[in-house]
Amino acid sequence: MSISTAGVLARPDEGTAAARATPKSRKRRLPDLRRWISPIALVVLWQVASASGVLPPDKLASPVTVFGSAVELVADGQLGSAFLVSMGRVLGGFAIGASVGVVLGLLSGLSRWGERIFDPPVQMLRTLPHLGLIPLFILWFGIGEQPKLALVAAGVAFPLYLNLHAGIRQTDPGLLEASRVLGFTGVERVLHVVLPSALPQTLVGLRISLGAAWLSLIVAEQVNADAGIGYLINNAREFLRTDVVVVGLLVYALLGLATDALVRALEKRILRWQAR
Amino acid sequence: MASAVSVRGLVKEFGERRVLDRVDLDIAPGEFVALLGRSGSGKSTLLRILAGLDTDVDGAFEVPGTISVAFQQPRLLPWRRVWRNVSLGLRGVDGRAVAEKALAEVRLTDHVDAWPLTLSGGEAQRVSLARALVREPDVLLLDEPFGALDALTRLAMHHLVDQLWREHRPAVLLVTHDVDEALLLADRILVLDEGRIVAEHHVGLARPRRRASFTDLRTSVLADLGVDDVEAA
Ligand SMILES: Nc1ncnc2c1ncn2[C@@H]1O[C@H](COP(=O)(O)OP(=O)(O)O)[C@@H](O)[C@H]1O
Ligand SMILES: [Mg+2]
Repeated sequence: MSISTAGVLARPDEGTAAARATPKSRKRRLPDLRRWISPIALVVLWQVASASGVLPPDKLASPVTVFGSAVELVADGQLGSAFLVSMGRVLGGFAIGASVGVVLGLLSGLSRWGERIFDPPVQMLRTLPHLGLIPLFILWFGIGEQPKLALVAAGVAFPLYLNLHAGIRQTDPGLLEASRVLGFTGVERVLHVVLPSALPQTLVGLRISLGAAWLSLIVAEQVNADAGIGYLINNAREFLRTDVVVVGLLVYALLGLATDALVRALEKRILRWQAR
Repeated sequence: MASAVSVRGLVKEFGERRVLDRVDLDIAPGEFVALLGRSGSGKSTLLRILAGLDTDVDGAFEVPGTISVAFQQPRLLPWRRVWRNVSLGLRGVDGRAVAEKALAEVRLTDHVDAWPLTLSGGEAQRVSLARALVREPDVLLLDEPFGALDALTRLAMHHLVDQLWREHRPAVLLVTHDVDEALLLADRILVLDEGRIVAEHHVGLARPRRRASFTDLRTSVLADLGVDDVEAA
């Protein structure tokens, strides 16, 4: 993933039925176990390097140590509470960013005046790498929770806005015409024609947004966190506990994967009309 | 009785180009009129104007009753089930029941709950017909509704439309460039060329019609379209 996720507008072929069909048809087959050979070999190599002293523990702890620390951190509740704090930041920031992105996307997608007013500034701001805004956010909001929420919100709002807006603009004019001769009211037209047709693109935006949310969180937690996964990692660094650092990174990775799976499940449910 | 459709001196220009040139047209209630013409002669433009989709015109036209349209592409909402596609936009009725009845008429009882993308071209076009008819229109506008279908499906659709028209009796304006289709279905055939109605034929044949019964008329309509009828020679 690039650093400036805010500026990413998914390629149009992404998220189409064709693009989704490939992994779906592959899922039916048994997983190819041969694909696990090299990852497992790497972990074994890592373990050997650690055990033989080639890889000193203050640079990178061994897989066995990492696993042991993970069990410990879970058992004494440290990981759980850090997870909850980080999760809270992502959810809070996401809620703010998604609200802003969706409201502005709807306003500028559904109304010409909304577009004239909101689209130019958003299109200009999207070129800023939002992670670069940290210094400003610290000046504006201090070093507490606010700049972290603000950074996550900024990462979420842009991709959602851009994809929702583009999705609405792509509505098939033929369907809009048909809805006119069928006597749809304006509300019916938005509800049954415009918004459903914008939904696939919006879900692509949602997936990008969530990726940006986690990335923003990781960066934000590097800045003076006193709780959360980032705090766990930074604290461990001070004591050269590379095992704990790796555990923290693994949690970040798992959370990213989990949210992606969540969106995929959501897509499958919402876009089931695309199944042929 | 007043006309279902009445058009006087209708002119439509796209920039410098005059696409409809002082068109006069009357369709009686319950009358089936076919509008023939080469590609680009202005057929769709006329129909879109009547449907209220293009209001930037000169001249006068009046369609006192309700209008329904079926387009060449079925234009179904892919994210709404078939029955919802039929009933959406209707007011004050049990949408499901009304849609089921209409879908039974076009023999799609098995597809009431299907997603539109799972339908074949002919099935989707039948949903589009059901959706138009369920509104019980006084005027039904059909813009090459069978143009994208294969020949066999098209024959079945001709029969279906003939039947539905005799049951519901809307005034129909069928845009087509298929002469046989017009001769099979219409009471009257109009030929549009360069934005003007250049010929009119009354098809006084009993229904249901067979192709053999209209060879002479076919030759003369084809002549109006500037085509020699090879079969007649
Ligand atoms: N929106 C438009 N803008 C400009 N020209 C148009 C437009 N719609 C149709 N035309 C032109 O008007 C002429 C008649 O088009 P149309 O009514 O679609 O013909 P057809 O008889 O094939 O249905 C064509 O030359 C077409 O290019
Ligand atoms: Mg046309």
